[in-house]
Amino acid sequence: MNRSGTQNASRAWRAAFLALTLAFLYLPILILTVYSFTTSTQIGAIRGFSLQNYVTLFTMQDLRDMIIGTIVLALGSALIATLLGTLGAIGAFYSKKRVSSAISAINQIPVVNADVVTGFSLCILLVVVLHVNKESFLPLLAGHVTLCAPFVFLSVMPRIKQMDPSIYEAALDLGATPFRALTKVVIPQIVPGILSGFALAVTLSLDDYFIATYTKPVTFDTISTYVVNATKGSQTTVKTALWALSTVIFVLVLLIVLGMNLKAMRSEKAPKRESV
Amino acid sequence: MHFSRKSLGIPYAVFLVIFVVLPLLVLFFYAFTNGQGQFTISNFTGFFKDPNTLGTLFYSLLIAIVTTAVCLLLAYPTAYILGTSRLKSRSVIVMLFVMPMWINFSLRITALKEILTILEGNLAMYPFLNAVIGMTYDFLPFMILPIYTTISRLDGALQEAAMDLGADRLHTFLEVMLPLSLPGILSGVSMVFLPAMTNYVVLDMLYNSTYIMGSLIGSYFAAYDWHGGSMIALILLALICIFTLLTDSGDNTARGGALL
Repeated sequence: MNRSGTQNASRAWRAAFLALTLAFLYLPILILTVYSFTTSTQIGAIRGFSLQNYVTLFTMQDLRDMIIGTIVLALGSALIATLLGTLGAIGAFYSKKRVSSAISAINQIPVVNADVVTGFSLCILLVVVLHVNKESFLPLLAGHVTLCAPFVFLSVMPRIKQMDPSIYEAALDLGATPFRALTKVVIPQIVPGILSGFALAVTLSLDDYFIATYTKPVTFDTISTYVVNATKGSQTTVKTALWALSTVIFVLVLLIVLGMNLKAMRSEKAPKRESV
Repeated sequence: MHFSRKSLGIPYAVFLVIFVVLPLLVLFFYAFTNGQGQFTISNFTGFFKDPNTLGTLFYSLLIAIVTTAVCLLLAYPTAYILGTSRLKSRSVIVMLFVMPMWINFSLRITALKEILTILEGNLAMYPFLNAVIGMTYDFLPFMILPIYTTISRLDGALQEAAMDLGADRLHTFLEVMLPLSLPGILSGVSMVFLPAMTNYVVLDMLYNSTYIMGSLIGSYFAAYDWHGGSMIALILLALICIFTLLTDSGDNTARGGALL
């Protein structure tokens, strides 16, 4: 009796601690979500219900441009990064030990480096030394690929290491050309690593601020650089429209996470049913 | 032409040389030259002679230490409770703690700013407090995830064995669970400490006029002073190297851990 009492109490403490941490992480976003549906221009007095912020978000040229620009940049740089990083990981794995560990070591630099330093050094090389025009988007694209590709490399590499090396040899023995063996045998086995690398690359690009700041064209904005500038300005229409944007992103991320969880739960259950 | 698997790595190797190695070499060159392209160490000595820049270094170390400690105090119990729980819905709850990573940081900090403004009135009155709150808010999930991952992989039998062998709860925690979760702690610390020294945009967004190391690069960049900025970047790079060697737990993928 006593024992279960203390167990219940400790369970309650644990639940309370988790709830408090969650409240710290989510309350600001949730409060902003509520206010995004009102005519209020600041937190405090709730006035009437309104969808005006959402109308502004999807109709104002500026906002639309930066949202589309951010997404195109993220997909484009993630695609290039995935291609480079995947081929790099395959190439490094089959290279001599010395070459392979050199590539892995250099690959680690952007991973541990501060984004400020990565962005600033790329800006100096490309813009100051080589005079590449920032307006060409090349420095920005190069910056985001540099940010993302090392993570693709890191997520593909373990998959290649896990692979049974004799499968490739078997394909060759059965008459496949090395290229065919690679595309039909090796690549399919590392697809999960490639996909998670791509997803990671997209999220890194979407969340980046520093590399974009140091390499982007003056007139182009990503969500991060736009929002940071907007917080310094005093335009309330834009400010409250960004509340709507954070609600939209919050809901999207929530749906994706729930979707992934449901899928994972289903695939966990499926084999059990078969075995019964 | 003979196809070789090795040659697939060439484009990436070339890419790394151009966009990772070369920028660092250029950074090194600029840090030790002046506007006329002559060799100088005055950027270096200037940094350590100027009380302002030196003060910034110590201020950002202080902010990084306090932020890391606060994150650890919040994240460790959270990760421990989640990692040792036997709930069926555990993975869903863990996802809730990790999810903020995928919501754009600038929008999350905007939300925090609105709340802090209500609570504090003038944000500029509490620069240190707000810097720590802002960074904790931004980085907390990156501390929770690696610690959770480490703890959830531990064999629950270890804890029972320690208890069976006569250790009380406190000793079981201090002598078994805590040492075993150290790799996760190190990985989390490295995820928080360095950004806390460099991620100056969090301070900017909270109307914070205090400087951390990253802000110095930002201000040199705004003034087109590539030489001064390069020296700061180089000093940061040296700090990052030292720190990475100290916290290296063999798991450097923590930043992307949620997806791997």
